[in-house]
Amino acid sequence: MIHPIPPGTRDVLPDEMRELRRLQASLLGVFETFGYSEVRTPTVEYADVVSRGDEDLAGDAYRFFDDRGELLALRTDMTIPIARLVATRFGEVEPPWRLSYVANSYRAVTPQRARLREFGQAGIELIGVDGPDCIAEVVEILARSLDAVGLEKAVIGLGDADLWAALVRDFGGSEQTVGATSRRLAAHDMVGLGADLEECGEFAAARIETMLSLVQRRGGPDVLADCRGRGGERFESVLDRLEATCEAVSARDVGERIQLDMGMLRDLGYYTGPVLEVYDPSVGEAIGGGGRYDGLMERFGVDQPAAGFSLYLEPIHKAQLEQNGKAGSGVSDA
Amino acid sequence: MLDSLSRPGGPLKVAVPRGALLEEVLGLLDRIGIDTAGVRSDSRSLVFDGGEVILVTMRPYDVPTYVEAGAADLGITGKDVLLEQEDRRVFELLDLKVGLCRMVLATRRGDTGPSEHQRRLGMMRIATKYPRIAEQYFEGRGRQVEVVEVKGSIELAPLVGLADGIVDLVATGRTLVENDLEEREQIVTCTARLVANQVSYRLRSDEIASLTSRLREAAG
Repeated sequence: MIHPIPPGTRDVLPDEMRELRRLQASLLGVFETFGYSEVRTPTVEYADVVSRGDEDLAGDAYRFFDDRGELLALRTDMTIPIARLVATRFGEVEPPWRLSYVANSYRAVTPQRARLREFGQAGIELIGVDGPDCIAEVVEILARSLDAVGLEKAVIGLGDADLWAALVRDFGGSEQTVGATSRRLAAHDMVGLGADLEECGEFAAARIETMLSLVQRRGGPDVLADCRGRGGERFESVLDRLEATCEAVSARDVGERIQLDMGMLRDLGYYTGPVLEVYDPSVGEAIGGGGRYDGLMERFGVDQPAAGFSLYLEPIHKAQLEQNGKAGSGVSDA
Repeated sequence: MLDSLSRPGGPLKVAVPRGALLEEVLGLLDRIGIDTAGVRSDSRSLVFDGGEVILVTMRPYDVPTYVEAGAADLGITGKDVLLEQEDRRVFELLDLKVGLCRMVLATRRGDTGPSEHQRRLGMMRIATKYPRIAEQYFEGRGRQVEVVEVKGSIELAPLVGLADGIVDLVATGRTLVENDLEEREQIVTCTARLVANQVSYRLRSDEIASLTSRLREAAG
C-alpha cells in the first residue's frame, strides 16, 4: 500500500536521523558554551502573533480555526515566537537574555522546487545588548557554529538593512521611492531597480549609476573604504555603524569568515541595522540568516535591542554531505 | 570536464538559451572573449568548454530553474521567461538589450476589439503560453478573463474558436498577420537578461562582477 505525504514534507530514515541529531547536538553545544539556554514554544500560535511579527511572512503561514473559532497559525520561524515569549514572560527578569532553539517551522511555499514546507532551524537570540557588540557576539557564535559543523568554506555575508534607505534619502529620494525600490533590491533585480530609479524622476543619471554600483559592491574590508564619500550624510553614518560592526567582529577573531555586501536586504521585514546571510559553495541557496531586529521587539512592546541568527538544518546537512564526499558521517565528532 | 560539473569550484557555469536568442547571445559572448565555437558547431553535446567559463545549453524556459538551484552560476534568458517564473529566486544583473520582443494581446482581424468583448460579455477567454503574465496583466486592470494555457501554436486558438484572443510574444508580428490576427494591446517589452545564482553572486563575486561589466560594455 502506498500512503502519500503532503508536498514539501518528508520522512527521515535512521541513518540521516543520526546525522541530523549529531548536527543539532554540535550546534546546541556551541550555543551552550556561549551561555545560551534552549527554549521551546508551541508549534501553533494565534495567527495575530505571526502577522504582528511580519505581515509578509504571515501570508505564507498555514492557518486554521480551533474549536472556539480562533484563527491559529503554524509558526513560520522561531524569532517571532521568541519575541512573543520574551515580551510575555521575561518582564521581571533583568536583561540581557540569551536564548537558543532547535525547532521545525512551517511555510506554505510553492512546492516542487526542493523547497521544504516543514524545515528545521537552529539559532540564537540575544536580547538586551546594544551597540556593535550585540551583532559581533551573534557573528562570533555563528562562525563558531560553522566551525563545529565542519563547514570550513562557508561565508558570512554582512550588510546593513538601512544602507539603501539612507542612500535614497541622501540623494533626495522620497519615502515612497525607498519602499518601492527596496523590494527590487531585496530580490536583487538590478534591471528593474535601475528602471524604477529612472521612472520616479528623482535622480540624475549619474546618481543612478552610483547607486546601482554601490549596492553591487561586495567583498573584503576595502569595500567600506571604496564606498566612503560616494553617498551623503545618512549613508556615511550607516557606513560608520557597519565599520564599527566589522571592527567588533574582527576583535573576536572571526573576521576572516565575513564578506561585506552593500546590497544585502533580508526578505523579512523586521530587520533594522546589520543583517547576515550564510552561504556555502555546495548549496545554491543561503544556509542561514539573521541580523538585528529591534523593530520586531518593539512590535511586541519590548524596548530592547535584539539580534540573532538561524541556521537552516536541511541545507547545512546537504553541505556537510557534499564536503565529506557524500559518503561520510556528516559531522566530524571532533 | 564532465566529471567535475556537479561540484562547486572550477570555471563559472553559464546557462545559454537554445532557440531564437542563441545567435545574438553567442555574438555577445564572442565579443567578451568567450569561445563559442563548440556551441556553434552542430554538436549534440549540451556542455561546452568556453575557455574562462563552461557553457551549458538548454531551453530558455529552463534557465531560471538551473540558476536558482546553483547548477549554473549564471544564465541568460528572456525577460518573458523571468516574468512568467517570477517566484524563482535568481538575481537579474543586466539587460543584454538583444532579442527584443513584445508581449501583446491580439485578436482576430476585424473583431470589435477586446474592450467590446469585455463590455458585452463581461469576460473573455485568452489562450497563452504565459498564463501568469496574462493573469497579472488583466487582473491588474480589473478585467476578468479566463486564461487557457496551450503549449503549441497559440495563433490557432482564436481561429478555431478556443479563445477570443491570445497573449503571446512577438518579434516582428509577421506570424500574427499571416494568421489573420491583429495586435490590440502591448503588455510589456522583453529583452535577454543576465541572471545569477544568489550564492554564486556572493561567493564568486569578482569573476561575476568582471563578466557582468564586460557584458555591459559589449551590450552597449
